[in-house]
Amino acid sequence: MTSTRSKVLWGIVSVLVAVYALFPVASILATSFKAPSDLTNQKFLPSPGQATTGNYEQILVGDAQGLFLTALRNSIGICLIATFIAVVLATLCAYAIARLDFPGKKLVLTTALAVSIFPVISIVTPLFNLWRSIGLYDTWPGLIIPYLSLTLPISIWTLAAFFRQIPWELEQAAQVDGATTWQAFRKAIVPLAAPGVFTTAIIAFFIAWNDFVYGISLTSTEAARPVPAALAFFTGASQFEEPTGAISAAAIIVTIPVVVLVLAFQRQIVSGLTQGAVKG
Amino acid sequence: MASITLNHLVKKYGDGFPAVNDVSIDIADGEFIILVGPSGCGKSTLLRMIVGLEDITDGDLLIDGNRVNDKAPRDRNLAMVFQNYALYPHLTVYENIAFPLRLAKGKHSDEEVDRLVTEAASTLELTDHLQRKPANLSGGQRQRVAMGRAIVRQADAFLFDEPLSNLDAKLRGQMRSEISQMQRRLGVTSVYVTHDQTEAMTLGDRVAVLKKGELQQIASPRELYEQPRNLFVAGFIGSPSMNFLPATIEGNVLRTALGDIAIPAEKAAKAAGKKVVLVGVRPEFFEDAKLVEDSKRGHGSTFRATLSHTEWLGNEQYGYINFDPAPEVRELLNNLAREMDADELRPQIVVTLDAASRIRGGREAEIWLDTRKLHLFDPETGDNLTRDEAAGAALTEEANQERAEEIANAQGDGHSTASGFSSSNSGGAPAGASAGGSSRGGATAAGGKHTAG
Repeated sequence: MTSTRSKVLWGIVSVLVAVYALFPVASILATSFKAPSDLTNQKFLPSPGQATTGNYEQILVGDAQGLFLTALRNSIGICLIATFIAVVLATLCAYAIARLDFPGKKLVLTTALAVSIFPVISIVTPLFNLWRSIGLYDTWPGLIIPYLSLTLPISIWTLAAFFRQIPWELEQAAQVDGATTWQAFRKAIVPLAAPGVFTTAIIAFFIAWNDFVYGISLTSTEAARPVPAALAFFTGASQFEEPTGAISAAAIIVTIPVVVLVLAFQRQIVSGLTQGAVKG
Repeated sequence: MASITLNHLVKKYGDGFPAVNDVSIDIADGEFIILVGPSGCGKSTLLRMIVGLEDITDGDLLIDGNRVNDKAPRDRNLAMVFQNYALYPHLTVYENIAFPLRLAKGKHSDEEVDRLVTEAASTLELTDHLQRKPANLSGGQRQRVAMGRAIVRQADAFLFDEPLSNLDAKLRGQMRSEISQMQRRLGVTSVYVTHDQTEAMTLGDRVAVLKKGELQQIASPRELYEQPRNLFVAGFIGSPSMNFLPATIEGNVLRTALGDIAIPAEKAAKAAGKKVVLVGVRPEFFEDAKLVEDSKRGHGSTFRATLSHTEWLGNEQYGYINFDPAPEVRELLNNLAREMDADELRPQIVVTLDAASRIRGGREAEIWLDTRKLHLFDPETGDNLTRDEAAGAALTEEANQERAEEIANAQGDGHSTASGFSSSNSGGAPAGASAGGSSRGGATAAGGKHTAG
């Protein structure tokens, strides 16, 4: 039976890919339960009987609490705001690009693409100087604005592609049925675009959440420092101890929102919702 | 219910190309108008101009005498059925049909919406499917949902944009008769775009034939068929299409590639002065000479020809005769074919023979031609030289009277059979005041519902 054989084959390939992708995560998870003295045991798992939750205690209720929890609050706040602004702007922009014919349409798209392929590292130093002189350095807006430059282009491109798939007749039908342009957009187009908007929002959130370069360069205190940057400031219990365990624990904790988000919106990210709108 | 007047409508796109060029049509209240033509003739554009989805470059569009050029689609109170149905996939069938009512905020109470939707659904036999999503429906059901959305709101007119072209042939026939009956029952003005001849001929009170944005002729199907105004209309209407045979005239005799054909003197007189004419002959004007009754024989003339092959269809058979036209005429025929969306027109005559005929391909046979009905066309201008204006007008007038009778009958039926979908003006009450006015059973007078709503 070829179908069973190909199923088995696909299964093996899937497992291999999953192991390959999840191995670092598993390694960090294992490390996060190792005691400082156990870090160098050269084994994957903590030594028997030495597994500890001390690292988690340290960052959540112990010495590193202040550093980690404020950073976590900064990260969540900044990323949510940046995502929200990016998605709202990108939705309107992408709708215009998909539906309207206006001069400079190509320009908007190519500019967005150009911005997204521009190397981040080359812009950080001038931005650092500019932000310091206008007072945005080490503030939330000081990170939200650069994050928008990362998230907007990809949001516009994904959403524009998504809007193009929605049949224009739906909007026209709504208008003939008595809707204003805004009503047609809100009642006929937005419900159909919702999966696309959610997908875009999640992608945008991850991009902002994972940023390190802006986070470490444009902040100096706990006022705005996000988690990826804060990890670099962890110290061991004494200067002779490596903070590896604590960093691992923090990394695991910051992964949790990402997993939660994907699980929560899994249902929204279903493709094929437009099926049935028009003939085949 | 409303009349619609198109007054010298023009649509030009950015590059100055006129998609619709100076089209004037008067659509009477309750009339069913078909816009037909090959693809790219501007028929869909014209429909979208009426509904307001395309801007009007020049000319006036009047609904019930009011100019609506600058009104948004939602202010024109027209309902449209799209080619691909344009159902809202995230809404159930019920909500799809209720959509126009929900948009008119405050006009309808929840109970009223429920009543109207249930009525529309029962008319269209959708009651069992009300809670399903469009994705789970068959093509015909989706089509009916789209119509439900149109009839639920008592629009002034229905506009159809090739509504059946996505259905398979059997369903198309069924939906065609449903649309026709629904239109008569509601007595609502309808404009219907199609490229399908059968739909055009069977549905329309009048059919408007368009070519390259220009109106060629608007008349009842019978007038179009029997008294076409020009070569294009003659060739476009009818299937298999009209044969065009180049000929020179000498007295009352046409010299054609098939041989000499004697024609009535009054027809020959109309083509006087033309050296070359195109003879338009419908396939059914031909017959196997052996099978023609003596009483009819005198009305035509016979010629001998060799058929290349025949096709037996049960009720009749088609025979094919090849001929070789002069090069300049061939060019003309090819142009004509291109205008009608066909490939190169093969210099071939199609004849319809009685099913009992023993004529077979390859043998010379004698064929009779009814010369009373043939038309002569000017090959340069394409004009029909033998068109009988009066006869044509009489045919269209006949169709008008039939329409009035049919509407009266259909609406009367709605009351007596207690199962139809009757429109508000059928009860003698003022029409269109409420979007209700339809009742299952029709026994309740429409006027009574006005007070309820």
